[in-house]
Amino acid sequence: MPANLSARFCSLLLSLFLIAFALPAFAGPFEDAVAKFANDDFSDTDEAIGAVASSGNKLAFPIISALQDGRLMADPDSKKVYVTGADGKSIDAATGESVASVPDSASAVRLNNRLRRSVDAAIGSLTLQSPDVGTRLQAAQSVFKSHDETALEAVDGALAKETNKSVKAALGDARAAILLFKPDTAEVEKLEAVATIKARGDQEALALLTGMGDQPASVTKAAASAIGSIQSSLAVWSTVQNAWYGLSLGSVLLLAAIGLAITFGVMGVINMAHGEMVMIGAYVTFVVQDVIRTRYPGLFDYSLLIAVPLAFIVAGALGVLIERSIIRFLYGRPLETLLATWGLSLVLQQAVRTMFGPTNREVGNPSWMSGAFELGQITITYNRLWILVFTLAVFVILLAMLRYTALGLEMRAVTQNRRMAASMGIATSRVDALTFGLGSGIAGIAGVALSQIDNVSPNLGQSYIIDSFMVVVFGGVGNLWGTLVGAFTLGIANKFLEPVAGAVLGKIAILVLIILFIQKRPRGLFALKGRAVEA
Amino acid sequence: MTPHMLTRSLDRGATIFLAVVAACGILIPLSNLLLPAGSFLQVPTYLVALWGKYVCYAILALSIDLIWGYCGILSLGHGAFFSLGGYAMGMYLMRQIGSRGVYGNPILPDFMVFLNYSKLPWYWQGFDMFWFAALMVLVVPGLLAFCFGWLAFRSRVTGVYLSIITQAMTYALLLAFFRNDFGFGGNNGLTDFKDILGFNVQAEGTRAALFALSCLALIASFLICRSVVSSKLGKVLIAIRDAESRSRFLGYRVESYKLFVFTLSACMAGVAGALYVPQVGIINPSEFAPGNSIEAVIWVAVGGRGTLVGAALGAVVVNYAKTVFTSGMLAPYWLFMLGAMFILVTLLLPKGIVGTFNAWWDSSKEKRAAATTASAAAEDGITEPRMAE
Repeated sequence: MPANLSARFCSLLLSLFLIAFALPAFAGPFEDAVAKFANDDFSDTDEAIGAVASSGNKLAFPIISALQDGRLMADPDSKKVYVTGADGKSIDAATGESVASVPDSASAVRLNNRLRRSVDAAIGSLTLQSPDVGTRLQAAQSVFKSHDETALEAVDGALAKETNKSVKAALGDARAAILLFKPDTAEVEKLEAVATIKARGDQEALALLTGMGDQPASVTKAAASAIGSIQSSLAVWSTVQNAWYGLSLGSVLLLAAIGLAITFGVMGVINMAHGEMVMIGAYVTFVVQDVIRTRYPGLFDYSLLIAVPLAFIVAGALGVLIERSIIRFLYGRPLETLLATWGLSLVLQQAVRTMFGPTNREVGNPSWMSGAFELGQITITYNRLWILVFTLAVFVILLAMLRYTALGLEMRAVTQNRRMAASMGIATSRVDALTFGLGSGIAGIAGVALSQIDNVSPNLGQSYIIDSFMVVVFGGVGNLWGTLVGAFTLGIANKFLEPVAGAVLGKIAILVLIILFIQKRPRGLFALKGRAVEA
Repeated sequence: MTPHMLTRSLDRGATIFLAVVAACGILIPLSNLLLPAGSFLQVPTYLVALWGKYVCYAILALSIDLIWGYCGILSLGHGAFFSLGGYAMGMYLMRQIGSRGVYGNPILPDFMVFLNYSKLPWYWQGFDMFWFAALMVLVVPGLLAFCFGWLAFRSRVTGVYLSIITQAMTYALLLAFFRNDFGFGGNNGLTDFKDILGFNVQAEGTRAALFALSCLALIASFLICRSVVSSKLGKVLIAIRDAESRSRFLGYRVESYKLFVFTLSACMAGVAGALYVPQVGIINPSEFAPGNSIEAVIWVAVGGRGTLVGAALGAVVVNYAKTVFTSGMLAPYWLFMLGAMFILVTLLLPKGIVGTFNAWWDSSKEKRAAATTASAAAEDGITEPRMAE
């Protein structure tokens, strides 16, 4: 071993000698720089990164990104440097010619944390010129984060050429960040930079300003006031964001609970299989999309529009069937109904598991539901927004149906006083069947919407059933407005507790609060008044 | 209604039940320990543990029957009390491992070493003493039930509302026990037990003794329930079940009666859980799952609500069926069967096996009595109390 080692050491010395004297004679500055990667010396590597990045050579980006991923191989003996691709093919880093294989003596060029920063900055400045807007934007963001002063020139160059507005703004931010951290910037420019970063006003700007180190007194002062104003605006935005998440969660809860509110409110039936109706709606969506994918791929964007009525019909028909075959025999025995529908939910789950398998089924988002947009400091995804709109639409339609149609009138009559309604000639058993069908059908529609944000699996319904009950019990039975208020209150409360207590503890806290709330108001927020409730 | 007839029919069932449980509690351990392995009459150790599990479930079913069958309180969270009792016993068993754990820490259980606990949390203090753990088996579920019931019954939360919030209670506990920083082993729960009172948990003798103890606990629970429901207190409970408002107007403090029987029932469930854990060898948060509690209710419904004997019988029958069907080729259909059982029992057999049998026995007895003396038939109208909410 020692003999081998000393031989290698000799050859290393020899190579160094060669580089120092022989290579400059016939190689350009780019090749020189590349060869420095083979020295296995961190400061040489650093120089090489800077030189390669500023060379303007078309190989610069592949080399630096290979370095970042540990795919840049250097042979200390021959001073050759290779870029190995993800596909296993390799090229000579200096010339760009492909090589058959990388010699065994070559090893990946090592990096430390300081070098990683240089690499990030180099990649940032290299991609600033990319023809793709997204890449340029990302590059500008990464320069902003690294604020490496070597990138200043590249940023200035890019800024002059840039036409896209958002990229230009990002480049301006990046420039300000660099100037702020550059020790020899004039105080006036630094103050301007602070103002620019303050205008950006996000979490990263805050991190930048708090970590800027020693600065002239005026700059420190300006930065302190900027930090204060960014923090207060961020606090406002985080409240807005929590409120949005809360509304979004509330809309999901409302959608899942609204059908339950009808069956429980009108008929006093606790339907534990309600969650399974939601699941069936989600599987209807899956089947519709499956058919569309194989037969009519062009219709994919309309898949949800087709699935909504289908899910309503399938789940609604199933609901009527369940009411006629099981629940109708159990009226006046709510606890037995609870057990029977729980059994039914097991059967339905297992049936779906047998038909579609126990694993998650893929349901895609149509194009108009994917993506997101920025609103100030928060991001709003289209699918959440559409679900909120859809939920409110379902709610309004249902409310109108109860208010203005004959069936709605009969349902309200039966809710308020079953025996009186029967005496007035309303066929209560028909109303019961239709009500149960309506509640189940709405659960099916909820399934279509929830398939867009949740996993479609046989357990889908189980995860909503307890929450839906909480919403209905909290809001009060027999009152759709109570369900609306209950759902949004629980959703928003949950999301405001989450950052403080964590997701699970927040949920536990909500459950405990509901349990305590029920003690105070045993019939929910909006309780029906009168004798009917004292069953 | 003829009271003497009701008590006589209960006595007959109760005597048979107690005799069978006592015989099992004596004969099964004896046959397991004394007869040579492989002999025809020898009960293998795995069966002793399995039946021990059923006996624990039977105690849980009794505790549910006491409140549901006799007081009309449908708790969908009784699994929580069962699991809390189990955790209390599990904590004692964890402390008994001592330095034999994987990390060899004499004080801290393995999962605490793994999670970088520096010292034992305060709520684990004292669980190295058996008497303390045994006390906690009763106190923790009892206290939770007392606080919960005190809040719920005083504000007159009844019927399905109570069922739903008991379900929320066990769900909240499920979420809490899944957390690692809650200090009960998180996801994995408590397991790898070694000793109980100095005896090896895995040893045949210990298992047989645990089985006999479980049978003893079942007999004791049955006698307690029996004495409660046949006392004056029990009559008031039945009155509350059948007409809560009327009982209140008659001057009974309904909430105190309910609170007493709910707490008693939770303590019994805790004992069942504590006996369950050393026989099964593990307790983890999934025992808190709301589905488990609802399943326990169906045992009672199958056996016969409000009969006590039926509850225990239902627990054994349903769980035996579960063992048989989930292990064979019928396994994918078990949930269909369980679901169908829920539906069919509630629709077709509302009194359960024992309730239906009792009704049939009484009516055939009446017929025989009517055949001999024509006057006897006139008095005997209803022999079973009304079951409505």
